[in-house]
Amino acid sequence: MKADASVLRGRPKLDAVPPGDPRDRGGKIQPMLVVNGLRKYFPVRGGLFNRRTGSVRAVDDVSFVVLKGETLGIVGESGCGKSTLARLLMHLIPKDAGELIFDGEGVGEAHGLTLTELRRSMQLVFQDSYSSLNPRLPVEDSIAYGPRVHGMSRAQAKEVARELLEKVGLNPGLFGSRYPHELSGGQKQRVNVARALALSPRMLILDEAVSALDKSIGAQVLNQLRYLKRHFNLTYVFISHDLNVVQYLSDRVLVMYLGQVVEIGPVEAIYTRAKHPYTRALLSSRLSMNPDDRIDEAPLAGDPPNPSNPPSGCRFRTRCPCAEDVCAAKMPTIGTWVDRFSHLAACHMEDATSGHSRAGRAPAAAALDRAIAVPANL
Amino acid sequence: MATAGGNRTSTRPLVEVKDLTVSFKSREATVQAVNGVSFEMAPGEVLCIIGESGSGKSVTLRALMRLLPKLRTVLSGSIRVGDYDIGALTERQLTAVRGSVVSMIFQEPMTALDPVYTVGDQIAETVVRHEGCSQKAAMERAFQLLQVVKVPSPERRLKAYPHELSGGLRQRAMIALALSCRPSLLLADEPTTALDATVQIQVLILLRKLQKELGMGVIFVTHDLGVAAQIADKVAVMYAGRIVEMGGVRDVLLRPNHPYTLGMLASTIRVDRSRDMEIEAIPGSPPDLRRLPPGCSFAPRCRYAESECTASVPTPTAIGAGHMACCFKAGSLTQVVPQAIIS
Repeated sequence: MKADASVLRGRPKLDAVPPGDPRDRGGKIQPMLVVNGLRKYFPVRGGLFNRRTGSVRAVDDVSFVVLKGETLGIVGESGCGKSTLARLLMHLIPKDAGELIFDGEGVGEAHGLTLTELRRSMQLVFQDSYSSLNPRLPVEDSIAYGPRVHGMSRAQAKEVARELLEKVGLNPGLFGSRYPHELSGGQKQRVNVARALALSPRMLILDEAVSALDKSIGAQVLNQLRYLKRHFNLTYVFISHDLNVVQYLSDRVLVMYLGQVVEIGPVEAIYTRAKHPYTRALLSSRLSMNPDDRIDEAPLAGDPPNPSNPPSGCRFRTRCPCAEDVCAAKMPTIGTWVDRFSHLAACHMEDATSGHSRAGRAPAAAALDRAIAVPANL
Repeated sequence: MATAGGNRTSTRPLVEVKDLTVSFKSREATVQAVNGVSFEMAPGEVLCIIGESGSGKSVTLRALMRLLPKLRTVLSGSIRVGDYDIGALTERQLTAVRGSVVSMIFQEPMTALDPVYTVGDQIAETVVRHEGCSQKAAMERAFQLLQVVKVPSPERRLKAYPHELSGGLRQRAMIALALSCRPSLLLADEPTTALDATVQIQVLILLRKLQKELGMGVIFVTHDLGVAAQIADKVAVMYAGRIVEMGGVRDVLLRPNHPYTLGMLASTIRVDRSRDMEIEAIPGSPPDLRRLPPGCSFAPRCRYAESECTASVPTPTAIGAGHMACCFKAGSLTQVVPQAIIS
């Protein structure tokens, strides 16, 4: 714990950013990752002969783009498919449909990027810092494991591991030879980050990386993540249910509901002019720390529906205060993404031709104000 | 249900805890989980205990019901709830008190409810056990309770098993179970932490409403300052097994006086924060409860610490009416708080 404190104070300057990246292929404009129509249905089995009786639509036709050097925040409630999405991106579970293009190269295609190459460029940090480390390996061996598998010599890999421990704010002499159970939660999560960085990836997926940590420790890790991003020229996909953390860290935000993308846009636009009723409800469910600012009416009633049997049409309509017949009849589309300033929502009120009574009234958000008020002073 | 129980009860605190210490003994070490906690609580009040993991907040809560492993736990100090001296009760008396005078809701309703009985059966069992009524009357009561906690289509949910309910409904079912015998004190151990944001606010509003209607006292344990701001009348901040600051919710959250409370508020991310600035994290990590440092346990992480802080444990210092902080600098730190932290 002493190392934590001292490194936080005396850490290297933030302006040590490498100017150009030799690993870059397509230039700054080409997105780091393009995800197209990604889908994963988990089978539900039962009955005679354990046949497939249904499926949980965990990720259903999800498309988005991650730009170079940005942090894309992904928010949503439990069961919305955000963790499944992280695992699909890393190819930890096979996808049912869809394509991934990493810096211009299709993943798993002929002449494209192989899985080994992808995992060298993209790494994942999990929520549970303990169960994601091998309990029988000292942490520096855990970190050195990846480089060893990818062909580095034992001594060299260890050198890399010790350097990374230093970078994430742990004294390698003090912590390197310890086992995971000898570290606190925050220290273990730092080790996980170091391990993810061991192959010098270009992109990190952080799946609820600070959610299990206490506030004061989580804040230290978040600061460290911001420093590492600049230092190693990284791109982050930051998955969390905590809207405040996502707002602080992200450049753009993607909101998921029941396996689908409902809204995507720049962080200020999402947090000040949210278009989708679900995003607005999520934002107004945030709790203020001022005791005079109490919420007297819940913005939404009920729980999210079961993803194995989602509502017809718009999946949010069963909880939406603005739902009309058209919402049950057809599924809203999200529109075309142009550049990083695009702010899109999959809602019939955003589409002038949908037939919703509030459709096309620009901005539709104004009409929503009465239904779901977002407190301005959170 | 007695909302105002006359003058006699309203002047006397519902809960009185004096010098509570709890330690857990094992072969290797003794963990001092709670180190001298004292507080009082009036009937019908909501007290929030805020703290991070390992601060002793849940252990304090469990001590109020003596729900701690018998052989491993060393408990001292006095606990009074209503007319009962919890430390002096026999096992048999304790079973009678649990559920009818004090009851508890837990963080994870799936593990707290019995998976092999229906929700209705579990509520009815408690009612029959404590009030000795017939099974039919008890089921009737269970039905009413599910209505009270706003479970949609309660007659169907009475016959549902816990796994058939969603997280929010399960938590509502557990609240119904806890309220089934009209307790005068409800203990809530992070009841909304496992819930989604949109469901959490529903449950908080429900608890606040029920607490007002039934006039019961609630001790609510949480690590989330936002939750405390929503529900508390009084707040106690715990660190390393001690209450370091206690007072009215406005006093503690708007005019905090202990460096730890200040640090917690500062490390919480807020909307107005510039994204280029770092979060003011509290450096270091909480102390090892097997080897507590002498003096103030927060001193190693405290930016205001001086030599006196490591020499002896600071005693409670009154700052205002009903507001105290255990810090040698209490009273002088208030102006350090930037106003922007709260809003």
